[in-house]
Amino acid sequence: MERKAIFSAKVGLLFLAPALVFVAIFLLYPFVRVFMLSFTNQTLLGTTAPNPDWVGLDNYQRLFDFDRWMRLGEFGSALKITAQFVAGSALIGQVGLGLLIAWAFYRKKGVLRETVYTLVILAWIIPETVVAFTWVAFLDWEFGTLNAILGTLGLGRPDWLFKHPLESIILFNSWRGAAFSMLLFSSALETIPPSYIETAEVAGANAWQKFRDIFFPLLRGHILTDLILITLWTFNVFTPYLLTGGGPIKKTELVSIYTYRTAFQGQHEFGKGGAIAVVMMLINFSLAIVYLSMIRRRKA
Amino acid sequence: MNRYKLRTGISRALLLVFACVMGAFFALPLLWLLTAPFSTQANLSVTFPEQPSLANFEAVFANKFAIRALFQNNLIIGGGVMILVASIATLASYGLSRARVPGRNVLVYILILFSSVVSGTAAMVPLFLLIFNLGLIDTYQGVILVMTGGLLPSAIFIMRDFVDSIPRSYEEAALVAGASSYRMFRDVAFPLVRPGVMVVAIWAFVNAWGAFLIPSVLLRSPEHMPASIAFYSFYTEAGTPNITLVSAYAFLYTIPVLLLYLIVNWRFGFRFFGGIKS
Repeated sequence: MERKAIFSAKVGLLFLAPALVFVAIFLLYPFVRVFMLSFTNQTLLGTTAPNPDWVGLDNYQRLFDFDRWMRLGEFGSALKITAQFVAGSALIGQVGLGLLIAWAFYRKKGVLRETVYTLVILAWIIPETVVAFTWVAFLDWEFGTLNAILGTLGLGRPDWLFKHPLESIILFNSWRGAAFSMLLFSSALETIPPSYIETAEVAGANAWQKFRDIFFPLLRGHILTDLILITLWTFNVFTPYLLTGGGPIKKTELVSIYTYRTAFQGQHEFGKGGAIAVVMMLINFSLAIVYLSMIRRRKA
Repeated sequence: MNRYKLRTGISRALLLVFACVMGAFFALPLLWLLTAPFSTQANLSVTFPEQPSLANFEAVFANKFAIRALFQNNLIIGGGVMILVASIATLASYGLSRARVPGRNVLVYILILFSSVVSGTAAMVPLFLLIFNLGLIDTYQGVILVMTGGLLPSAIFIMRDFVDSIPRSYEEAALVAGASSYRMFRDVAFPLVRPGVMVVAIWAFVNAWGAFLIPSVLLRSPEHMPASIAFYSFYTEAGTPNITLVSAYAFLYTIPVLLLYLIVNWRFGFRFFGGIKS
Protein backbone atom coordinates (compact mmCIF):
# COMPACT_ATOMS: atom_id res chain seq x y z
CA MET A 1 0.00 0.00 0.00
CA GLU A 2 2.95 2.35 0.54
CA ARG A 3 3.43 4.53 -2.52
CA LYS A 4 6.25 6.78 -3.50
CA ALA A 5 5.77 10.31 -2.30
CA ILE A 6 5.51 12.94 -5.01
CA PHE A 7 6.78 15.73 -2.86
CA SER A 8 8.42 16.19 0.52
CA ALA A 9 6.65 16.26 3.87
CA LYS A 10 7.44 20.00 4.05
CA VAL A 11 5.48 20.75 0.88
CA GLY A 12 2.75 18.39 2.07
CA LEU A 13 2.48 20.40 5.26
CA LEU A 14 2.06 23.55 3.20
CA PHE A 15 -0.98 22.02 1.49
CA LEU A 16 -2.30 20.92 4.87
CA ALA A 17 -1.67 24.25 6.59
CA PRO A 18 -5.09 25.92 6.05
CA ALA A 19 -6.90 22.83 7.29
CA LEU A 20 -4.62 22.58 10.32
CA VAL A 21 -5.26 26.23 11.19
CA PHE A 22 -9.02 25.64 11.10
CA VAL A 23 -8.77 22.46 13.15
CA ALA A 24 -6.60 24.21 15.73
CA ILE A 25 -8.90 27.23 16.11
CA PHE A 26 -12.32 25.64 15.76
CA LEU A 27 -11.77 22.15 17.22
CA LEU A 28 -8.70 22.07 19.47
CA TYR A 29 -9.13 25.48 21.05
CA PRO A 30 -12.80 24.99 22.05
CA PHE A 31 -11.83 21.61 23.46
CA VAL A 32 -9.20 23.16 25.75
CA ARG A 33 -11.24 26.27 26.48
CA VAL A 34 -14.29 24.35 27.65
CA PHE A 35 -12.25 22.69 30.42
CA MET A 36 -11.10 26.06 31.75
CA LEU A 37 -14.58 27.48 31.44
CA SER A 38 -16.11 24.69 33.49
CA PHE A 39 -14.24 25.85 36.61
CA THR A 40 -15.65 29.39 36.45
CA ASN A 41 -19.03 31.03 37.00
CA GLN A 42 -19.02 32.85 33.66
CA THR A 43 -22.39 34.01 32.33
CA LEU A 44 -23.42 35.94 29.24
CA LEU A 45 -24.63 39.02 31.09
CA GLY A 46 -24.03 40.65 34.44
CA THR A 47 -20.87 41.16 36.46
CA THR A 48 -19.63 37.62 35.91
CA ALA A 49 -19.56 38.16 32.14
CA PRO A 50 -16.34 40.21 31.87
CA ASN A 51 -14.73 39.00 35.11
CA PRO A 52 -15.75 35.44 35.92
CA ASP A 53 -14.59 33.97 39.25
CA TRP A 54 -12.77 30.71 39.66
CA VAL A 55 -15.27 28.45 41.42
CA GLY A 56 -13.40 25.16 41.45
CA LEU A 57 -15.64 22.14 41.19
CA ASP A 58 -18.86 24.02 41.99
CA ASN A 59 -20.39 23.47 38.56
CA TYR A 60 -19.65 19.75 38.71
CA GLN A 61 -21.13 19.48 42.19
CA ARG A 62 -24.28 21.12 40.95
CA LEU A 63 -24.49 18.63 38.09
CA PHE A 64 -23.91 15.64 40.34
CA ASP A 65 -26.22 16.69 43.15
CA PHE A 66 -27.51 13.19 43.76
CA ASP A 67 -30.52 14.27 45.83
CA ARG A 68 -32.24 15.65 42.80
CA TRP A 69 -30.33 14.72 39.70
CA MET A 70 -32.79 12.08 38.45
CA ARG A 71 -35.70 14.53 38.47
CA LEU A 72 -36.98 15.54 35.05
CA GLY A 73 -35.01 18.55 33.81
CA GLU A 74 -31.89 17.63 35.81
CA PHE A 75 -28.59 16.28 34.54
CA GLY A 76 -29.04 12.63 35.58
CA SER A 77 -32.43 12.48 33.93
CA ALA A 78 -30.98 13.99 30.74
CA LEU A 79 -28.22 11.37 30.74
CA LYS A 80 -30.71 8.55 31.20
CA ILE A 81 -32.96 9.83 28.42
CA THR A 82 -29.92 10.22 26.16
CA ALA A 83 -28.79 6.64 26.87
CA GLN A 84 -32.24 5.31 25.92
CA PHE A 85 -32.30 7.53 22.86
CA VAL A 86 -28.87 6.34 21.69
CA ALA A 87 -29.66 2.66 22.34
CA GLY A 88 -32.98 2.88 20.51
CA SER A 89 -32.29 5.19 17.60
CA ALA A 90 -28.55 4.74 17.00
CA LEU A 91 -27.87 1.07 17.69
CA ILE A 92 -31.19 -0.51 16.77
CA GLY A 93 -32.68 2.20 14.58
CA GLN A 94 -29.96 3.57 12.36
CA VAL A 95 -27.28 0.88 12.36
CA GLY A 96 -29.77 -2.02 12.44
CA LEU A 97 -32.14 -0.58 9.86
CA GLY A 98 -29.28 0.53 7.59
CA LEU A 99 -27.72 -2.92 7.70
CA LEU A 100 -31.07 -4.60 7.06
CA ILE A 101 -31.86 -2.46 4.01
CA ALA A 102 -28.37 -2.76 2.53
CA TRP A 103 -28.43 -6.52 3.07
CA ALA A 104 -31.94 -6.98 1.63
CA PHE A 105 -30.92 -5.24 -1.60
CA TYR A 106 -27.47 -6.81 -1.84
CA ARG A 107 -26.73 -7.64 -5.50
CA LYS A 108 -30.18 -6.40 -6.49
CA LYS A 109 -30.86 -3.72 -9.03
CA GLY A 110 -34.00 -2.11 -10.32
CA VAL A 111 -36.88 0.18 -9.47
CA LEU A 112 -37.54 -1.32 -6.05
CA ARG A 113 -34.03 -0.68 -4.82
CA GLU A 114 -33.80 2.76 -6.39
CA THR A 115 -37.10 3.85 -4.84
CA VAL A 116 -36.29 2.68 -1.33
CA TYR A 117 -32.75 4.10 -1.48
CA THR A 118 -34.00 7.47 -2.74
CA LEU A 119 -36.61 7.74 0.02
CA VAL A 120 -34.13 6.80 2.75
CA ILE A 121 -31.63 9.36 1.41
CA LEU A 122 -34.29 12.09 1.18
CA ALA A 123 -35.14 11.57 4.85
CA TRP A 124 -31.47 12.22 5.55
CA ILE A 125 -30.77 15.29 3.42
CA ILE A 126 -33.90 17.44 3.76
CA PRO A 127 -33.24 20.36 6.19
CA GLU A 128 -33.87 19.49 9.83
CA THR A 129 -36.44 22.21 10.45
CA VAL A 130 -38.51 20.90 7.55
CA VAL A 131 -38.51 17.28 8.67
CA ALA A 132 -39.37 18.41 12.19
CA PHE A 133 -42.53 20.07 10.84
CA THR A 134 -43.48 17.09 8.67
CA TRP A 135 -43.04 14.79 11.67
CA VAL A 136 -45.17 16.97 13.91
CA ALA A 137 -47.85 16.60 11.23
CA PHE A 138 -47.19 12.86 10.81
CA LEU A 139 -47.49 12.16 14.55
CA ASP A 140 -50.38 14.53 15.25
CA TRP A 141 -53.02 12.89 17.41
CA GLU A 142 -56.03 14.20 15.52
CA PHE A 143 -54.96 14.66 11.89
CA GLY A 144 -51.64 12.80 11.63
CA THR A 145 -51.04 10.18 8.94
CA LEU A 146 -49.73 7.64 11.43
CA ASN A 147 -52.89 7.67 13.53
CA ALA A 148 -55.06 7.70 10.41
CA ILE A 149 -53.44 4.40 9.42
CA LEU A 150 -53.45 2.90 12.91
CA GLY A 151 -57.07 3.96 13.39
CA THR A 152 -58.12 2.32 10.12
CA LEU A 153 -56.39 -0.87 11.20
CA GLY A 154 -58.18 -0.69 14.53
CA LEU A 155 -54.97 -0.29 16.51
CA GLY A 156 -56.03 2.79 18.45
CA ARG A 157 -54.90 6.40 18.17
CA PRO A 158 -52.15 7.10 20.71
CA ASP A 159 -51.18 10.69 21.39
CA TRP A 160 -47.59 10.20 20.27
CA LEU A 161 -45.87 13.46 21.17
CA PHE A 162 -47.57 13.76 24.57
CA LYS A 163 -47.96 10.23 25.82
CA HIS A 164 -44.98 8.60 24.09
CA PRO A 165 -42.53 11.45 23.48
CA LEU A 166 -39.32 9.42 23.87
CA GLU A 167 -40.57 6.68 21.54
CA SER A 168 -41.52 9.40 19.08
CA ILE A 169 -38.06 10.97 18.90
CA ILE A 170 -36.44 7.52 18.74
CA LEU A 171 -38.63 6.63 15.78
CA PHE A 172 -37.94 10.02 14.23
CA ASN A 173 -34.18 9.79 14.61
CA SER A 174 -34.06 6.24 13.22
CA TRP A 175 -35.91 7.50 10.17
CA ARG A 176 -33.71 10.57 9.88
CA GLY A 177 -30.31 8.91 9.96
CA ALA A 178 -30.62 5.37 8.57
CA ALA A 179 -29.22 6.54 5.20
CA PHE A 180 -25.61 6.89 6.36
CA SER A 181 -25.42 3.31 7.62
CA MET A 182 -27.29 2.00 4.60
CA LEU A 183 -24.85 3.68 2.18
CA LEU A 184 -21.79 2.62 4.17
CA PHE A 185 -22.95 -1.00 4.35
CA SER A 186 -23.95 -1.22 0.70
CA SER A 187 -20.47 0.00 -0.30
CA ALA A 188 -18.92 -2.45 2.13
CA LEU A 189 -21.05 -5.35 0.86
CA GLU A 190 -19.82 -4.73 -2.67
CA THR A 191 -16.27 -5.50 -1.52
CA ILE A 192 -17.22 -9.10 -0.74
CA PRO A 193 -16.10 -11.38 -3.57
CA PRO A 194 -19.20 -12.92 -5.24
CA SER A 195 -17.50 -16.32 -5.26
CA TYR A 196 -17.87 -16.54 -1.46
CA ILE A 197 -21.63 -16.17 -1.73
CA GLU A 198 -21.92 -18.51 -4.70
CA THR A 199 -19.97 -21.21 -2.87
CA ALA A 200 -22.21 -20.84 0.17
CA GLU A 201 -25.32 -21.00 -2.02
CA VAL A 202 -24.12 -24.15 -3.75
CA ALA A 203 -23.54 -25.65 -0.31
CA GLY A 204 -27.20 -24.81 0.49
CA ALA A 205 -26.72 -22.06 3.05
CA ASN A 206 -29.85 -20.10 3.91
CA ALA A 207 -30.02 -16.33 4.23
CA TRP A 208 -29.30 -16.27 7.96
CA GLN A 209 -26.32 -18.64 7.60
CA LYS A 210 -24.93 -16.50 4.80
CA PHE A 211 -25.27 -13.42 6.97
CA ARG A 212 -23.75 -15.04 10.06
CA ASP A 213 -20.86 -16.88 8.41
CA ILE A 214 -19.90 -14.62 5.51
CA PHE A 215 -21.27 -11.11 5.77
CA PHE A 216 -20.91 -10.50 9.47
CA PRO A 217 -17.26 -11.58 9.86
CA LEU A 218 -16.22 -9.65 6.74
CA LEU A 219 -18.21 -6.56 7.67
CA ARG A 220 -17.25 -6.46 11.33
CA GLY A 221 -14.77 -3.63 10.89
CA HIS A 222 -17.28 -1.53 8.96
CA ILE A 223 -20.01 -2.25 11.47
CA LEU A 224 -17.77 -1.05 14.30
CA THR A 225 -16.77 2.10 12.40
CA ASP A 226 -20.40 2.82 11.71
CA LEU A 227 -21.33 2.16 15.34
CA ILE A 228 -18.71 4.63 16.60
CA LEU A 229 -19.76 7.45 14.31
CA ILE A 230 -23.51 6.92 14.69
CA THR A 231 -23.25 6.68 18.47
CA LEU A 232 -21.27 9.90 18.75
CA TRP A 233 -23.51 11.77 16.32
CA THR A 234 -26.67 10.58 18.04
CA PHE A 235 -25.26 11.55 21.42
CA ASN A 236 -24.75 15.10 20.18
CA VAL A 237 -27.79 15.49 17.96
CA PHE A 238 -29.97 18.52 18.56
CA THR A 239 -32.75 17.97 15.99
CA PRO A 240 -35.26 16.39 18.45
CA TYR A 241 -35.46 19.84 20.04
CA LEU A 242 -37.22 21.06 16.91
CA LEU A 243 -39.78 18.29 17.30
CA THR A 244 -40.55 18.41 21.02
CA GLY A 245 -38.58 21.33 22.47
CA GLY A 246 -37.40 18.86 25.12
CA GLY A 247 -40.90 18.41 26.45
CA PRO A 248 -43.51 17.63 27.48
CA ILE A 249 -42.31 18.40 31.02
CA LYS A 250 -38.66 17.71 29.99
CA LYS A 251 -39.38 14.08 29.12
CA THR A 252 -37.32 14.34 25.93
CA GLU A 253 -34.61 16.60 27.30
CA LEU A 254 -31.47 15.00 25.88
CA VAL A 255 -28.09 16.13 27.21
CA SER A 256 -27.62 18.28 24.11
CA ILE A 257 -30.90 20.08 24.81
CA TYR A 258 -30.03 20.36 28.51
CA THR A 259 -26.74 22.05 27.55
CA TYR A 260 -28.52 24.42 25.20
CA ARG A 261 -31.08 25.35 27.84
CA THR A 262 -28.40 25.90 30.48
CA ALA A 263 -25.97 27.92 28.37
CA PHE A 264 -28.13 29.73 25.84
CA GLN A 265 -31.45 30.29 27.58
CA GLY A 266 -32.50 31.78 30.92
CA GLN A 267 -29.43 32.71 32.93
CA HIS A 268 -26.97 31.80 30.15
CA GLU A 269 -24.74 29.90 32.57
CA PHE A 270 -21.64 29.33 30.45
CA GLY A 271 -19.64 27.88 33.33
CA LYS A 272 -22.18 25.18 34.08
CA GLY A 273 -22.71 24.63 30.34
CA GLY A 274 -18.97 24.09 30.07
CA ALA A 275 -19.06 21.49 32.83
CA ILE A 276 -21.85 19.61 31.02
CA ALA A 277 -19.83 19.77 27.82
CA VAL A 278 -16.78 18.33 29.58
CA VAL A 279 -18.79 15.39 30.98
CA MET A 280 -20.35 14.82 27.56
CA MET A 281 -17.00 14.80 25.82
CA LEU A 282 -15.52 12.43 28.40
CA ILE A 283 -18.42 10.02 27.83
CA ASN A 284 -17.98 10.33 24.07
CA PHE A 285 -14.26 9.66 24.28
CA SER A 286 -14.75 6.61 26.48
CA LEU A 287 -17.29 5.23 24.02
CA ALA A 288 -14.86 5.85 21.16
CA ILE A 289 -12.07 4.09 23.04
CA VAL A 290 -14.27 1.05 23.77
CA TYR A 291 -15.12 0.73 20.09
CA LEU A 292 -11.53 1.34 18.98
CA SER A 293 -10.23 -1.37 21.30
CA MET A 294 -12.80 -3.71 19.76
CA ILE A 295 -11.43 -2.92 16.30
CA ARG A 296 -7.88 -3.48 17.44
CA ARG A 297 -8.78 -6.80 19.04
CA ARG A 298 -10.20 -7.87 15.70
CA LYS A 299 -6.95 -7.08 13.94
CA ALA A 300 -4.75 -8.77 16.53
CA MET B 1 -35.32 -27.54 -9.60
CA ASN B 2 -38.87 -26.90 -8.43
CA ARG B 3 -37.68 -26.37 -4.90
CA TYR B 4 -35.16 -23.86 -6.16
CA LYS B 5 -37.88 -21.99 -8.06
CA LEU B 6 -40.09 -22.00 -4.97
CA ARG B 7 -37.27 -20.61 -2.87
CA THR B 8 -36.45 -17.76 -5.23
CA GLY B 9 -40.18 -17.06 -5.54
CA ILE B 10 -40.55 -16.76 -1.79
CA SER B 11 -37.47 -14.60 -1.39
CA ARG B 12 -38.69 -12.33 -4.19
CA ALA B 13 -42.08 -11.95 -2.48
CA LEU B 14 -40.37 -11.27 0.85
CA LEU B 15 -38.22 -8.60 -0.74
CA LEU B 16 -41.29 -6.96 -2.25
CA VAL B 17 -43.05 -6.88 1.12
CA PHE B 18 -39.92 -5.53 2.80
CA ALA B 19 -39.51 -2.84 0.14
CA CYS B 20 -43.14 -1.76 0.56
CA VAL B 21 -42.86 -1.54 4.35
CA MET B 22 -39.59 0.41 4.17
CA GLY B 23 -40.86 2.61 1.36
CA ALA B 24 -43.97 3.45 3.37
CA PHE B 25 -42.01 4.13 6.55
CA PHE B 26 -39.67 6.55 4.79
CA ALA B 27 -42.24 8.17 2.46
CA LEU B 28 -45.28 8.69 4.70
CA PRO B 29 -43.77 11.32 7.03
CA LEU B 30 -42.85 13.40 3.96
CA LEU B 31 -46.21 13.25 2.16
CA TRP B 32 -47.54 16.26 4.03
CA LEU B 33 -44.85 18.39 2.38
CA LEU B 34 -46.37 17.58 -1.01
CA THR B 35 -50.02 18.29 -0.19
CA ALA B 36 -50.22 21.02 2.46
CA PRO B 37 -48.38 23.77 0.52
CA PHE B 38 -51.00 23.62 -2.25
CA SER B 39 -54.07 23.74 -0.04
CA THR B 40 -55.41 27.01 1.32
CA GLN B 41 -57.08 25.23 4.23
CA ALA B 42 -54.24 22.91 5.14
CA ASN B 43 -54.05 21.36 8.57
CA LEU B 44 -51.73 18.63 9.80
CA SER B 45 -53.45 15.92 7.76
CA VAL B 46 -52.41 14.66 4.35
CA THR B 47 -55.36 15.64 2.19
CA PHE B 48 -55.02 16.17 -1.51
CA PRO B 49 -56.59 19.60 -2.13
CA GLU B 50 -59.55 19.55 -4.46
CA GLN B 51 -58.49 22.82 -5.98
CA PRO B 52 -54.70 23.08 -5.77
CA SER B 53 -53.70 26.66 -5.27
CA LEU B 54 -50.53 28.72 -5.21
CA ALA B 55 -52.00 31.28 -2.81
CA ASN B 56 -49.77 30.07 0.03
CA PHE B 57 -46.69 30.79 -2.01
CA GLU B 58 -47.93 34.26 -2.82
CA ALA B 59 -48.35 34.94 0.88
CA VAL B 60 -44.87 33.57 1.59
CA PHE B 61 -43.30 35.79 -1.05
CA ALA B 62 -45.02 38.76 0.58
CA ASN B 63 -43.04 38.06 3.76
CA LYS B 64 -39.90 40.05 2.93
CA PHE B 65 -38.08 38.85 6.04
CA ALA B 66 -38.52 35.15 5.24
CA ILE B 67 -37.69 35.63 1.57
CA ARG B 68 -34.49 37.50 2.35
CA ALA B 69 -33.53 34.75 4.77
CA LEU B 70 -33.97 32.14 2.09
CA PHE B 71 -32.59 33.85 -1.00
CA GLN B 72 -29.93 36.05 0.57
CA ASN B 73 -28.75 34.85 3.98
CA ASN B 74 -28.91 31.15 3.19
CA LEU B 75 -27.05 31.64 -0.08
CA ILE B 76 -24.33 33.74 1.56
CA ILE B 77 -23.80 31.27 4.41
CA GLY B 78 -24.11 28.17 2.22
CA GLY B 79 -21.90 29.65 -0.49
CA GLY B 80 -19.22 30.78 1.96
CA VAL B 81 -19.08 27.40 3.70
CA MET B 82 -19.05 25.64 0.34
CA ILE B 83 -16.10 27.62 -1.04
CA LEU B 84 -14.01 27.38 2.14
CA VAL B 85 -14.67 23.70 2.82
CA ALA B 86 -14.16 22.58 -0.78
CA SER B 87 -10.92 24.50 -1.32
CA ILE B 88 -9.30 23.76 2.04
CA ALA B 89 -10.30 20.08 1.99
CA THR B 90 -9.00 19.65 -1.57
CA LEU B 91 -5.61 21.14 -0.69
CA ALA B 92 -5.38 19.12 2.51
CA SER B 93 -6.30 15.77 1.01
CA TYR B 94 -3.92 16.39 -1.89
CA GLY B 95 -1.12 17.07 0.57
CA LEU B 96 -2.04 13.98 2.58
CA SER B 97 -2.11 11.82 -0.51
CA ARG B 98 1.07 12.98 -2.23
CA ALA B 99 3.53 13.66 0.58
CA ARG B 100 4.95 11.12 2.96
CA VAL B 101 2.84 11.94 6.02
CA PRO B 102 3.46 9.33 8.69
CA GLY B 103 0.30 7.62 9.91
CA ARG B 104 -2.01 9.62 7.68
CA ASN B 105 -4.87 7.10 7.81
CA VAL B 106 -4.89 7.19 11.59
CA LEU B 107 -4.61 10.97 11.49
CA VAL B 108 -7.75 11.41 9.38
CA TYR B 109 -9.62 8.86 11.44
CA ILE B 110 -8.71 10.61 14.70
CA LEU B 111 -9.74 13.96 13.20
CA ILE B 112 -13.17 12.56 12.30
CA LEU B 113 -13.64 11.10 15.77
CA PHE B 114 -12.47 14.30 17.35
CA SER B 115 -14.79 16.46 15.28
CA SER B 116 -17.68 14.13 16.16
CA VAL B 117 -16.96 14.56 19.85
CA VAL B 118 -16.16 18.27 19.79
CA SER B 119 -19.10 19.32 17.69
CA GLY B 120 -22.73 19.87 18.29
CA THR B 121 -23.94 21.41 21.49
CA ALA B 122 -20.91 20.47 23.60
CA ALA B 123 -18.69 22.85 21.66
CA MET B 124 -21.22 25.63 21.26
CA VAL B 125 -20.31 27.35 24.54
CA PRO B 126 -16.56 27.79 23.84
CA LEU B 127 -17.26 28.48 20.17
CA PHE B 128 -19.68 31.22 21.14
CA LEU B 129 -17.04 32.81 23.36
CA LEU B 130 -14.40 32.47 20.65
CA ILE B 131 -16.61 34.19 18.07
CA PHE B 132 -17.55 36.77 20.70
CA ASN B 133 -13.90 37.58 21.40
CA LEU B 134 -13.18 37.80 17.68
CA GLY B 135 -15.98 40.37 17.43
CA LEU B 136 -17.85 38.20 14.93
CA ILE B 137 -21.12 37.68 16.80
CA ASP B 138 -24.07 38.42 14.51
CA THR B 139 -21.96 38.25 11.35
CA TYR B 140 -22.08 35.83 8.44
CA GLN B 141 -18.33 35.36 8.79
CA GLY B 142 -18.65 33.94 12.32
CA VAL B 143 -21.22 31.38 11.22
CA ILE B 144 -19.26 30.45 8.09
CA LEU B 145 -15.97 29.97 9.97
CA VAL B 146 -17.48 27.81 12.73
CA MET B 147 -19.35 25.62 10.24
CA THR B 148 -16.24 25.23 8.09
CA GLY B 149 -14.20 24.08 11.08
CA GLY B 150 -16.80 21.47 11.98
CA LEU B 151 -17.23 20.10 8.45
CA LEU B 152 -13.56 19.97 7.39
CA PRO B 153 -12.54 16.59 8.87
CA SER B 154 -15.39 14.75 7.14
CA ALA B 155 -14.77 16.72 3.94
CA ILE B 156 -11.11 15.64 3.91
CA PHE B 157 -12.28 12.06 4.49
CA ILE B 158 -14.61 12.20 1.46
CA MET B 159 -12.07 14.02 -0.70
CA ARG B 160 -9.32 11.48 -0.05
CA ASP B 161 -11.41 8.89 -1.84
CA PHE B 162 -11.18 10.94 -5.02
CA VAL B 163 -7.58 12.13 -4.70
CA ASP B 164 -6.27 8.63 -4.01
CA SER B 165 -8.01 7.30 -7.09
CA ILE B 166 -6.44 9.62 -9.69
CA PRO B 167 -3.38 8.26 -11.53
CA ARG B 168 -0.04 9.61 -10.36
CA SER B 169 1.78 9.15 -13.65
CA TYR B 170 0.86 12.63 -14.95
CA GLU B 171 2.23 14.27 -11.86
CA GLU B 172 5.38 12.17 -12.04
CA ALA B 173 5.83 13.30 -15.64
CA ALA B 174 5.25 16.92 -14.61
CA LEU B 175 7.78 16.45 -11.85
CA VAL B 176 10.39 15.29 -14.36
CA ALA B 177 9.56 18.32 -16.50
CA GLY B 178 10.39 20.49 -13.49
CA ALA B 179 6.95 21.75 -12.50
CA SER B 180 6.58 23.26 -9.05
CA SER B 181 4.33 21.46 -6.60
CA TYR B 182 1.78 24.27 -6.81
CA ARG B 183 1.62 24.13 -10.62
CA MET B 184 1.40 20.36 -10.43
CA PHE B 185 -1.62 20.72 -8.21
CA ARG B 186 -3.27 23.45 -10.26
CA ASP B 187 -2.63 22.18 -13.77
CA VAL B 188 -2.40 18.41 -13.38
CA ALA B 189 -4.16 17.14 -10.29
CA PHE B 190 -6.98 19.64 -9.84
CA PRO B 191 -8.67 19.06 -13.21
CA LEU B 192 -8.69 15.34 -12.43
CA VAL B 193 -10.25 15.63 -8.96
CA ARG B 194 -12.89 18.14 -10.05
CA PRO B 195 -15.74 15.63 -9.57
CA GLY B 196 -14.60 15.15 -5.98
CA VAL B 197 -14.45 18.90 -5.42
CA MET B 198 -18.01 19.13 -6.70
CA VAL B 199 -19.28 16.36 -4.42
CA VAL B 200 -17.62 17.91 -1.36
CA ALA B 201 -18.87 21.37 -2.31
CA ILE B 202 -22.47 20.18 -2.66
CA TRP B 203 -22.22 18.18 0.54
CA ALA B 204 -20.94 21.23 2.46
CA PHE B 205 -23.58 23.49 0.93
CA VAL B 206 -26.44 21.15 1.87
CA ASN B 207 -25.10 20.89 5.42
CA ALA B 208 -24.87 24.65 5.83
CA TRP B 209 -28.21 25.18 4.09
CA GLY B 210 -30.09 23.13 6.68
CA ALA B 211 -28.18 24.15 9.82
CA PHE B 212 -30.20 25.45 12.75
CA LEU B 213 -28.16 25.35 15.97
CA ILE B 214 -25.02 27.28 14.95
CA PRO B 215 -26.80 30.27 13.37
CA SER B 216 -29.34 30.40 16.18
CA VAL B 217 -26.53 30.70 18.73
CA LEU B 218 -24.17 32.99 16.80
CA LEU B 219 -26.61 35.35 15.11
CA ARG B 220 -28.65 38.06 16.81
CA SER B 221 -30.43 40.38 14.43
CA PRO B 222 -33.40 39.22 12.35
CA GLU B 223 -31.95 40.45 9.08
CA HIS B 224 -29.07 37.96 9.30
CA MET B 225 -31.13 34.87 10.14
CA PRO B 226 -31.15 31.95 7.69
CA ALA B 227 -34.33 30.18 6.59
CA SER B 228 -34.17 27.51 9.32
CA ILE B 229 -34.85 30.24 11.87
CA ALA B 230 -37.02 32.49 9.68
CA PHE B 231 -39.79 29.91 10.08
CA TYR B 232 -40.66 31.74 13.25
CA SER B 233 -41.93 34.67 11.20
CA PHE B 234 -44.89 32.46 10.26
CA TYR B 235 -45.89 32.06 13.90
CA THR B 236 -48.64 34.07 15.51
CA GLU B 237 -47.88 36.21 18.53
CA ALA B 238 -49.28 33.42 20.67
CA GLY B 239 -46.58 31.14 19.27
CA THR B 240 -48.66 28.87 17.07
CA PRO B 241 -47.47 28.32 13.51
CA ASN B 242 -49.53 29.31 10.50
CA ILE B 243 -49.58 25.82 9.01
CA THR B 244 -50.33 26.74 5.42
CA LEU B 245 -47.51 29.28 5.18
CA VAL B 246 -45.04 27.11 7.09
CA SER B 247 -45.65 24.24 4.67
CA ALA B 248 -45.22 26.45 1.60
CA TYR B 249 -42.01 27.95 3.00
CA ALA B 250 -40.70 24.48 3.90
CA PHE B 251 -41.41 23.41 0.34
CA LEU B 252 -39.41 26.30 -1.15
CA TYR B 253 -36.60 25.71 1.34
CA THR B 254 -36.35 22.04 0.36
CA ILE B 255 -36.29 22.44 -3.43
CA PRO B 256 -32.56 23.38 -3.75
CA VAL B 257 -31.59 20.33 -1.67
CA LEU B 258 -33.63 18.07 -3.95
CA LEU B 259 -32.08 19.59 -7.08
CA LEU B 260 -28.55 19.12 -5.72
CA TYR B 261 -29.37 15.53 -4.80
CA LEU B 262 -30.56 14.88 -8.35
CA ILE B 263 -27.38 16.44 -9.78
CA VAL B 264 -25.09 14.31 -7.59
CA ASN B 265 -27.14 11.18 -8.28
CA TRP B 266 -27.11 11.78 -12.01
CA ARG B 267 -23.42 12.71 -12.32
CA PHE B 268 -21.79 10.36 -9.82
CA GLY B 269 -24.40 8.07 -8.34
CA PHE B 270 -25.23 8.88 -4.73
CA ARG B 271 -23.03 6.48 -2.81
CA PHE B 272 -20.79 6.31 0.20
CA PHE B 273 -17.68 8.38 -0.49
CA GLY B 274 -14.95 7.47 1.89
CA GLY B 275 -12.44 4.85 0.93
CA ILE B 276 -14.43 1.62 0.76
CA LYS B 277 -13.12 0.19 -2.47
CA SER B 278 -14.95 -2.53 -4.28
